Amino acid sequence: MSRRIYALLLSSAILSCALGAGPGATMTIADEAGSASSGDAELVVGLPQDLDNSLDPYQITAAGTREVLFNVYEGLVKPDTDGNFVDAVASAHEISEDGLTYTFTLRKGVLFHNGDEVTIDDVLYSFDTCAATTTNSAVEAALSDIQDITADGEDVVITLASANSSFLSTVSSVTIVPASYKDQATAPVGTGPFKFDSYSPQDKAVLVRNDDYYGDKPALAKVTCRIFDDANALYTALDSGALDMAFHLTVDQAGSLSNGYEVSEGEMNLVQALYLNNANPPFNDERVRQALCYAVDKDMLLDLTEDGHGAKLGSSVYPSFRKYFAEDLVDAYPYDPAKAAELLQEAGAEGLTFTIKVPSNYTQHVDTANVLVEMFAAAGINAVIEKVEWNSWLENVYKGRDFEATVIGFDAAYLSPDALLQRWVSDNGSNFIGYSSPEYDAAMENAHTSAKDEEQVEAYKEAQKILSDTAANVYLQDLADFVALNPEFTGYEFYPLYAVDFSRIHPAS
Amino acid sequence: MKIRKNAYFITGGILSAILTVIIVTGLFWTPYSTTAMNAQEKLQPPSWKHILGTDNFGRDVFSRVMEGAGTSLIIALLVVVIGCVCGIVFGSLCGYFGGAADLILMRICDAITAFPAMLLALVIVSLTGGGAGNIVLALGILFIPSFTRVVRTEYASCRDLNYINAARLMGVSNPRILYAHILPNTLSVLIPTITIGFNNAILAEASLSFLGIGIQPPQASLGSMLKDSQNYLASAPWYALGAGGAIVLMILAVSLLSEGVQQGTCRI
Amino acid sequence: MKQIVKKLISLIITLLLVSLLAFLAFQIIPGDPTTKLLGTNATPEKAAELRSELGLDRPVLVRYLEWLGGFVRGEFGTSYTYRRDVGELLADKLPVTALLTVMSFILTVIISIPLGIWTGRTRSKAADHISVILDQILMAVPPFFFGMLACYFFGIVLKWFTPGAYVALSESVPGCLGYLVLPALSLALPRIAMTVRMLRSSIQTELTQDYVYTARSRGLSEWGVLRRHILRNAMIPVVTFLAVSAAEIMTGTIIIEQVFTIPGLGRLLISSIGNRDFPVVQAIVVILATWIIIVYYIADLLNHWMDPRLRTD
Repeated sequence: MSRRIYALLLSSAILSCALGAGPGATMTIADEAGSASSGDAELVVGLPQDLDNSLDPYQITAAGTREVLFNVYEGLVKPDTDGNFVDAVASAHEISEDGLTYTFTLRKGVLFHNGDEVTIDDVLYSFDTCAATTTNSAVEAALSDIQDITADGEDVVITLASANSSFLSTVSSVTIVPASYKDQATAPVGTGPFKFDSYSPQDKAVLVRNDDYYGDKPALAKVTCRIFDDANALYTALDSGALDMAFHLTVDQAGSLSNGYEVSEGEMNLVQALYLNNANPPFNDERVRQALCYAVDKDMLLDLTEDGHGAKLGSSVYPSFRKYFAEDLVDAYPYDPAKAAELLQEAGAEGLTFTIKVPSNYTQHVDTANVLVEMFAAAGINAVIEKVEWNSWLENVYKGRDFEATVIGFDAAYLSPDALLQRWVSDNGSNFIGYSSPEYDAAMENAHTSAKDEEQVEAYKEAQKILSDTAANVYLQDLADFVALNPEFTGYEFYPLYAVDFSRIHPAS
Repeated sequence: MKIRKNAYFITGGILSAILTVIIVTGLFWTPYSTTAMNAQEKLQPPSWKHILGTDNFGRDVFSRVMEGAGTSLIIALLVVVIGCVCGIVFGSLCGYFGGAADLILMRICDAITAFPAMLLALVIVSLTGGGAGNIVLALGILFIPSFTRVVRTEYASCRDLNYINAARLMGVSNPRILYAHILPNTLSVLIPTITIGFNNAILAEASLSFLGIGIQPPQASLGSMLKDSQNYLASAPWYALGAGGAIVLMILAVSLLSEGVQQGTCRI
Repeated sequence: MKQIVKKLISLIITLLLVSLLAFLAFQIIPGDPTTKLLGTNATPEKAAELRSELGLDRPVLVRYLEWLGGFVRGEFGTSYTYRRDVGELLADKLPVTALLTVMSFILTVIISIPLGIWTGRTRSKAADHISVILDQILMAVPPFFFGMLACYFFGIVLKWFTPGAYVALSESVPGCLGYLVLPALSLALPRIAMTVRMLRSSIQTELTQDYVYTARSRGLSEWGVLRRHILRNAMIPVVTFLAVSAAEIMTGTIIIEQVFTIPGLGRLLISSIGNRDFPVVQAIVVILATWIIIVYYIADLLNHWMDPRLRTD
């Protein structure tokens, strides 16, 4: 069955060991790429899932679709490989002292893929349409905080009701689309370095170079994305050389690749955990939850599922968030089955038996569940796996909250710790584990109202510590992610969010 | 019914006996634990220690094949029994008596056959929950039409034969004609159908595993093992060969036996 | 003529039954297309809005009848997930699956019939044994496993073909046919073995019948006996079996398309069930059902034509 990757789940972006090649080096590569823009190099990429949703930028829910269309759509600003926001459709942006007013200057002469020039009206239309139609409740919430948005000559001025230190990430997700164009869902038109050429469901999507791009023009004339929904078929196609590039490979696939492709390693940027239903017995008892944490040997888990690759997690934020990531929590619960048994006894839950519901289409989560069952058995806990079909999982576990425990991974839909942490606030609609902690709510409130960056970082770390202390979930790992590229090409770079930037890839010679 | 000894029967018999011993042993004892994991022995190629190598969790593939073959065998047997018994009952009645009941039953058979198996299995599993019992139920229902159709054709072509007419004239009861007189004559067609059914049942269990609604881990079935092994085809082909080879051997044993029985009972 | 009309009516009844079953199945299985379309971050209001936009908030029966009305007019509706006309979506997928099915069926027939006749009649013990052993082994290899092995040996080890590098029919006809050979063979091999085996045992049974001796004693040539007497009877169960095969090959493509990554109906069906994309599933279910019912009908006709005993009613 397919390995579809949805918004809920995972992702690409990676804190690569190759990140040493800083922005400087990147610029050189981009320059070379620019000079090679007349080339007709073609890249064939394997996608591990279909682009099966609407391609309208505000309707995209599948992370795998977002990742490809990153090349087609741009906002006023867009993220770079370091997670900073750089100007895109805007040529400059300015934030007022109080953090309430954002001024973006529209870049001159930016053309949409249909040949029309980007106007201020298109920008206003994009913000309006995004606010009204986006399927992302967090972006919707951030946009609803806009008090006023006006055109001032070539500038767009946005005034916020309250300061929001991660507002630029919201701006980057408002991609600029033409006001007069109605077919975004099937034939996307944006301003990015690649034009969306064609798409045939379950077969392929083709991107071609945007020769009118305002920035450095891509070296690749054409990118063909072949759609697979079987990881094994994708792998054999890659190994045989039918594909030039593939991402989201497993450690085993990366290791057994025999065709000399270059493999880069990063992390998937997701929080994989055994999520526990805090609202109901047996996991409404903190001691029982802590017992599970002590019963899991994370190093062994990493060895078994990832050959030791990947990163251990101790709370709901993954390492690519760098300064926000509370590294000291990773080993908050060292492996100690005796302590687990003790805690269970204290809670009167000896011989604990529970069911782990896990979506059957995600091999990595099923594998993890398998390992957990073994580890729990060693601590005298009887866990049973129930594989459920993905849509049933969404309906029953995620929406219906009818579960005891489940293994899943959450990714960040945008570049702010809120994307991962806001979920667990008591009254959040997506708080499917029914986590309720006044201290946590207070810490998150703190994070939102702190004016200073350091204070905000501290507040986010405090929130993570509360999650860890109360053992909200059994936090496990951020899985390793591997990208393979034909040595005839070079220039692949990891982003700290879900994106594969084809414009940086160019022929090696 | 006396079976003449022949090479197929003997080969099939020996193979079945060996497999049965292995499977039955597997119910009580396996060389290694079927669930204990070992990070140091992941995806090891076959060796004296692990004759079929190890899987991605360092579990002994042979031990898991022993357990999995048992699971698959029980599922397949039950499915074939359900399909065959119901098929003989429906098929004989439809073929022998014909009429409106025949018409209606055959339409229902058509509808079940024409309905995608996956969707039906998904419906049954979501109504009753996953697990081996429900898989047997779902597949059993799916297997009834093919048996019914074959049996019906045989009965329809037998019902006007002389010896049947004679039996009828002698006042032999209908059930006796149906199951004592005609049934043995359908064996030559029924036995291959059962063999194919068994083959298909094992395959169907594997297909369900592919949809993620098969056996629940860590319990092993050959289908679920084969599905899991697919991800390691390039790095550990022995994993797939162990699970797939067991499927092939099981099917082979059953069809050799059935071939032997057929040749042995040939009235030459 | 009357027969044909009767058959046609029963065909339509079966189709209605099947489409109603598919519709009801979607009421039973949990899950909602809006979850897939809007993702998990959407507000309940957005979901409710989309549900009413897709018409999912109306009574079940009304929706079924509406679908039926559209279907009769030749409108399959719009896919929830792909936002495309279902007919247009299927126009790309159906030819692929149809081609695979036809190739596989042709392989089955042209290989198994001559082989079956030859092995059924041969007096050579050795040839008989070899054919039985080969049969047994081929029959024991599930298409899905054969597909995996083929991908491994021809794809990974020998690199003769590239699993997953499917060539569209519109791009290159030989390329497409070439890619489909192994999948078609995977589906056909066990069927070939089964057909050969059935035909052989059927012929061997017929060879012992009295009418064969009578025919021979009347001085008919061996070929004549075979063609005019033995085959006529021996083929009856085989034709039924081949018809079942034609239907089962079509359903078998669902799994084989996954193994070889062929963008056909099967893959679309499975992903659409997962996405709860009802209009697409319903259309595919009806297409598959129509095929299966027609194939069985043809088998019936052939049976009647070949077996005079069945013609009496």
